[in-house]
Amino acid sequence: MTGVPATLDARFRAAAAATGELDVAYDVLDDTPVGKLLVGVSERGLCSVHFDPDPERELEDLARRFGPRVLRSPSAIDRARLELDEYFSGRRHAFDLELDLRGMPDFYERVLAELARVEYGHTTTYGALAARVGAPKAARAVGTVMNRNPIPIVLPCHRVVGASGSLTGYGGGLERKEWLLRLEGALL
Amino acid sequence: MAVAAIPPFERFYEAHNGEVLAFLRRRAGRDRADDLFQETFLRALRAYGRLEHGDHLRAWVMTIAANTLVDAARRDRPTGELVVEPGGEDPLPAFEELAPLTDGLPPKERAAVVLRYGYALDYDEIGAALGSSEDAARQAASAGVRRLRKEKDA
Repeated sequence: MTGVPATLDARFRAAAAATGELDVAYDVLDDTPVGKLLVGVSERGLCSVHFDPDPERELEDLARRFGPRVLRSPSAIDRARLELDEYFSGRRHAFDLELDLRGMPDFYERVLAELARVEYGHTTTYGALAARVGAPKAARAVGTVMNRNPIPIVLPCHRVVGASGSLTGYGGGLERKEWLLRLEGALL
Repeated sequence: MAVAAIPPFERFYEAHNGEVLAFLRRRAGRDRADDLFQETFLRALRAYGRLEHGDHLRAWVMTIAANTLVDAARRDRPTGELVVEPGGEDPLPAFEELAPLTDGLPPKERAAVVLRYGYALDYDEIGAALGSSEDAARQAASAGVRRLRKEKDA
């Protein structure tokens, strides 16, 4: 679409990320075992993981949440890319990434913080998670938070299942939830 | 009148990078254009967070590219020595040619003359770049040209 040589384009994108002036640097990982993923990082940390991204919408959304200086910059997400690769290949059980949850309502933040403590290969239920944030009747609200989790996989909402043990639902589709739980050995 | 929303920088960059690079190559040659290209968009990135609306972004980035060229020319030739490359591909006068000629003009008239005759921007874009209306840009350019003629005749 543009007449800019690839090397020049790549050089600018890397330089832009290096200035620290970007609100969000992102890239799209085209072929992970769970399909296409858009991964975004801010200066504070990982701020977005998105299944089947529709770039037009995702960029607008990131710009609204973090500011308009949103640019694709593959080198800026190297660390997150590496950890995700390791996770997908079964070599990594915990992520070692700073997270940026700016702008999330307080309840979301509390629920997501609890979610982060659910360990690899384990599952919990919506109700149990609700109880752990001091709102035992809020299982449904916790379900909503899971559904809108801005950083799935890394914040492991796939480890939250229904009280009956059924998978219930997943923002990225049940097939993916099943795949992730199998990877972790939580499903046989 | 409603103003345009500021698009994500990615969209802005994709929309204008080809044109900016072509412009810089015409003015500065292929070799130097790459560095100027990067500098132009890094400057745009720095200022992007302070934009109040997304109108006239093309004129805005072309003005930044023009300024980047001028600054680079200054760095390269601190003595102000004038170098005009003969027979360039571009029918428009090189900025280096136009800039010293317009040195004596009031800033707004100078900018309007340079953007119009050096870069062939439309008046609405010049107005946007200068923060004034299309008419004001047209008037500033023609006042500048009148003043230049007068100086030449004097």
